[in-house]
Amino acid sequence: MTTDNGAVADTNRFQNVQGVRDDLKEVNYLADDGIAGVAFLADRLGKPILVEGPAGTGKTQLAKSIAEITGSKLIRLQCYEGLDESKALYEWNYKKQLLRIQTERGDNEDWTEMKDDIFSDEFLLTRPLLEAITADEPVVLLIDEVDRVEVETEALLLEILSDYQVSIPELGTITAKQIPLVFLTSNNTRELSEALKRRCLYLHVDYPELDREREIVLAKVPDITESLADQVARIVRSIRQLDLKKAPSVSETLDWARTLMILNIDTIDEQTAKETLNILLKYQTDIAKATKELSVDD
Amino acid sequence: MLELLNGFVVELRNAGLPVSLTENLDAMEAVQHIPIEDRDAFKYALGATLIKNHAHWRSFETVFEVYFSLRGPEYKIGDGDDETDIDEMWREMQEQQQQEGNGGQGGMDGMTPEEIAQMLMQALMNGDQGMMRAMAKQSVQRFAGMEPGRPVGGTYYLYRTLRNLDLDGMLDKMMEQSREDAPDDLTSLEERLEKEEYADRIEKFKGEIEAEIRRRLVEDRGAEAMAKTLRKPLPEDVEFMHASRDEMTALKKSLQPLTRKLAARLARKRKHGRKGPLDFRNTVRHSLSYGGVPAEPKFKYPRPAKPELMVVADISGSVAAFARFTLMLVYAISGQFSKVRSFVFIDGLDEVTDYFKATEDITEAIHRVNTEADVVWVDGHSDYGHAFEVFWNQYGKDVGPKTTVLLLGDARNNYHASQSWVVKEIQQKARHVYWLNPEPKSYWNTGDSIVGEYGTHTDGVYECRNLRQLEGFVEKLA
Repeated sequence: MTTDNGAVADTNRFQNVQGVRDDLKEVNYLADDGIAGVAFLADRLGKPILVEGPAGTGKTQLAKSIAEITGSKLIRLQCYEGLDESKALYEWNYKKQLLRIQTERGDNEDWTEMKDDIFSDEFLLTRPLLEAITADEPVVLLIDEVDRVEVETEALLLEILSDYQVSIPELGTITAKQIPLVFLTSNNTRELSEALKRRCLYLHVDYPELDREREIVLAKVPDITESLADQVARIVRSIRQLDLKKAPSVSETLDWARTLMILNIDTIDEQTAKETLNILLKYQTDIAKATKELSVDD
Repeated sequence: MLELLNGFVVELRNAGLPVSLTENLDAMEAVQHIPIEDRDAFKYALGATLIKNHAHWRSFETVFEVYFSLRGPEYKIGDGDDETDIDEMWREMQEQQQQEGNGGQGGMDGMTPEEIAQMLMQALMNGDQGMMRAMAKQSVQRFAGMEPGRPVGGTYYLYRTLRNLDLDGMLDKMMEQSREDAPDDLTSLEERLEKEEYADRIEKFKGEIEAEIRRRLVEDRGAEAMAKTLRKPLPEDVEFMHASRDEMTALKKSLQPLTRKLAARLARKRKHGRKGPLDFRNTVRHSLSYGGVPAEPKFKYPRPAKPELMVVADISGSVAAFARFTLMLVYAISGQFSKVRSFVFIDGLDEVTDYFKATEDITEAIHRVNTEADVVWVDGHSDYGHAFEVFWNQYGKDVGPKTTVLLLGDARNNYHASQSWVVKEIQQKARHVYWLNPEPKSYWNTGDSIVGEYGTHTDGVYECRNLRQLEGFVEKLA
């Protein structure tokens, strides 16, 4: 597919939805139809994906896994409050520029010549966004926790997300050599702006279904027996149905399964479940609630 | 195809979902890359391009199911002649039954309800998806008694079908069965897990039945008409007073992210306030580094006082849900207030602040409010006048110039004395008095509602029918 915004035409990374799914499975990321489908579309349409969902459901891992199966370089921009363009896009290397000016002092160099020189590629420090665009090899760009930046800073991202280009006043516009696959993750602590959402495909990653969670445990925890994995998945589902402050995430499920393996437990009874709950749950009130629920039947 | 999609987008907009033109174009491009027969992929492609908020996903799903319910081969309504997989499976199932000697002839019609229940239980215990779908289809055909053109809602048919199947009894039977099947006695943990698994399957089965009924209704009445009747409000637009149980759970879920957002926004609002007057001392101190020239003027940052909040809520039947949500919201952002005290009443009044202090868990506190608070004085019908009088006599002295008082309720006083002088007194002592009314404005001051009489003594009466309005008010408050 060629894009009409002047960027170099990209080659399709994926053949079809099933292909994406199979590839992801090989790197131990078990995607469901929705995830694979949206990843496939993002490639075809050349659009970024906005991934939302509770913490610890594999949003960041998705980007990493996609990078792995496409053999791309992963460039990551971790967002935080106070992030600005000098950290996200580019910055001029002032010290180097100063040195350059000082070494030339005394010679009768023309100022305009000097100016052209110190505002050139050599003195430009590329930051993640610019780096992703100027890279020659295929790139997966991960903009992590985008909901942490202020609304005004979001605007920084708009140009790069829709046109895959960055405008630098002194240098002009830098257009992408290849269209990177862009993932934005959000924990939904605030509503993102309409402008940003409009430019993205939207993917909501929720806690996995019972079957998928079992598969994930089987794939990620070596030597675990099928029956134990099944039990783990069922108990976790049961706990998630309680009204908790923080439901156990997939990564916590995996931690728990690993703990059980280390403790050489092959079937979970009430006692072990209660004793190891603190790995799944991180609030005292939650643990108390779950303990109560697990011990009282019906 | 183009027309079809356009119609779909119009339907989404009718359901209140914001779909912009670019998103519409994206969707059209997206579906070109998707094999059109793959219904799930098609749905995800549309979802990813058109829906940008997870809370809207359910509404999207409903519209999608209705709009595309009769398009796609496996979703046709079988009369028994279609050679679809499901029908085939159905036939196989029957043969199996016959071999076992149970003798089912000519579809489900020839079977007794006991046999049907037996088969359904089998299907549920094995967790067989295809079989469950077939069962759902047949059950609807047999039990729902659907007739074309009959002006009844889908819920009626659903109720009829479910009543005949007795799914609650089914769960118990299944548990018995698995207890028998197990080699050893099940531990209570195993039993619990097993039960949840079955409950989950039954829930899915109900979903299948609902979908089947919907498909039939769409065929009968057409997609547009169905979409109109099925149109559900978005969670933030659901009215507190008329929310169903499902809607309530959805509301509760959307409350939590909302409070987080609200707290963040309020904190920011406080931080980024206007600059205050010139800070003379600070300016002089900084002028020293410029040799005594006050080159850099410094300003004081205003520190707006956090308001003290007193919530007085009617928790009688009709408005209980509203009071609950407001209390939850207020306590979730209680960091934004210097002090929060809460009172609940029906015809008597009780302070419940301690319930919220004792536990971090708001739900539990609300539960205690509902069970332990002493709010009934005579007969348990709302009596605003008496409740306010009690409030004034016991707690009136605590109302001060920093206090904001929130009165929650529909002001339906059952024709008791209004005692509106209390509100007037409160207004004179407190910083602000607001009244939040969960009823639509057009109902105010009709029947026994005397919100107007109280309202004249407050700084404002606000209509708070849904989460959106409540959020707007709270933001204004802090």
